[in-house]
Amino acid sequence: MTGSGRVVHEETVEARAPWSHVVLAGQSLRIVDLEGNQAVDFLLYAADDPVERYSAADTMSAQGNVYLTTGSVLRSNEGNPMMTLTASTVERHDTVGGACSRESNSLRYGHHTNHQHACVDNFLLEHVSRDMGKRDMVANINFFMNVPVEPDGSLGIVDGISAPGLYVELRAEMDVIVVVSNCPQINNPCNGFAPSPVRMIVTEPA
Amino acid sequence: MSASDTATTHGARDHARAQAAAVERFSRTVPAGDPEVLWRETVEGGNYATRVLPRGARLTLRDPEGDTSVQLLVFNHHHRAERLNVPDTVKVQWQAYLGAGRLLLSDMGRVLMSVEADSSAGHDTFNAMSNRAWNDAKYGGGAVHASAPNARDRFAVALAKEGLGRRDIGASVNLFKPVFVEPDGSFTWRGSTPQPGAAVVLRADMDVLVALTVTPHVLDPRPRYTVSPLEISAVTGLPAAADDPIRMATPEAGRAFENTDDWLLTRRLHTDEQGAS
Repeated sequence: MTGSGRVVHEETVEARAPWSHVVLAGQSLRIVDLEGNQAVDFLLYAADDPVERYSAADTMSAQGNVYLTTGSVLRSNEGNPMMTLTASTVERHDTVGGACSRESNSLRYGHHTNHQHACVDNFLLEHVSRDMGKRDMVANINFFMNVPVEPDGSLGIVDGISAPGLYVELRAEMDVIVVVSNCPQINNPCNGFAPSPVRMIVTEPA
Repeated sequence: MSASDTATTHGARDHARAQAAAVERFSRTVPAGDPEVLWRETVEGGNYATRVLPRGARLTLRDPEGDTSVQLLVFNHHHRAERLNVPDTVKVQWQAYLGAGRLLLSDMGRVLMSVEADSSAGHDTFNAMSNRAWNDAKYGGGAVHASAPNARDRFAVALAKEGLGRRDIGASVNLFKPVFVEPDGSFTWRGSTPQPGAAVVLRADMDVLVALTVTPHVLDPRPRYTVSPLEISAVTGLPAAADDPIRMATPEAGRAFENTDDWLLTRRLHTDEQGAS
């Protein structure tokens, strides 16, 4: 499925599930939206020192734009390149909408949704298994999620622009811990109201 | 004083004590004075400040000279793993731009502070605070001891004094320097119009730790490190009432205050056990 390179790891992440994996500098990670319009909530931590981690704000400021697309450099809170989007067959991805949580769901959809599974719970499970915790939860990327910002400031998660088999490919610029929540949200269109699996493929140059 | 005045311990002591008489432009009134006044401080460009404010307090951030730029972080004072969540703040309110009537939401679905009044031209919820690399590249001398102190390292020090650290520096909201998002997602800087006297009034909706830096916005196009002082005052006040207009404005805000009230219930039980007020 990948354009080039030797596959060093390949795995399907079930619908609603967390996932984490170390990707070494020079390796690439391809995320395939198998069934279409599946939000993939995504964070990065420097493998050597996870206090350095993905910063949505630094990434947006450095590129002067809120949307992630081919060529976007994912930057850390210290301004360093962590990964580069080397390919994307979806026009753009989101990094302003954050992760769904039980708590924010209760605000957006009513207190009854507090008992539904959510991305922050996925992230925290991966964090605690890697000696991190709630303090390490920061603003994330949502691959394959569509969040327009309108001139009056109106902003929201709307119908997706992805489709089955579309993908994004990221080259690691340093050794990174990739932490993912394959989004379980069912109250907005970020997963087409039906969470689905995604494929993770790590390659290194041939 | 000449060097010889500080050659002895008594000389050094007198020299040290003489300095307290100086009246600085950038000063703190300690303690603030009137019983209802909680905080009075003017922070120079490049510097930082922190404070714990009780629920109901009104924090006024004022731009006396019209060219200040503030990066703000807020924490639940009693449970500091709970903190400002900028994505939730914009997503839950369906609105990218902060202004009067908006909430600063925590990552636990609760209200940290509300924007009660705002006479500024706007703010920014998307861009980074400066870090060492950014200010080194843009100005040279981005270290905190140099000519262009960066916000991130200032926050690291400010939060370390509160028992927190670099992991706790999340995304900030950036006050007094508006940035517009174009339909293609690109940023347009709108922070060049001076606004002397502009002020933002924030109500604490729980006991909060406020940390802020006064440093140039990262998109400020000026090649020189330029930022005017921030005037801070905070007074005690009444918490949001049941019919508070900000609480009543949207269903999302209503539920955010319900979650906050719910947390305060258990907080009161805790303080009763401790015998505290």
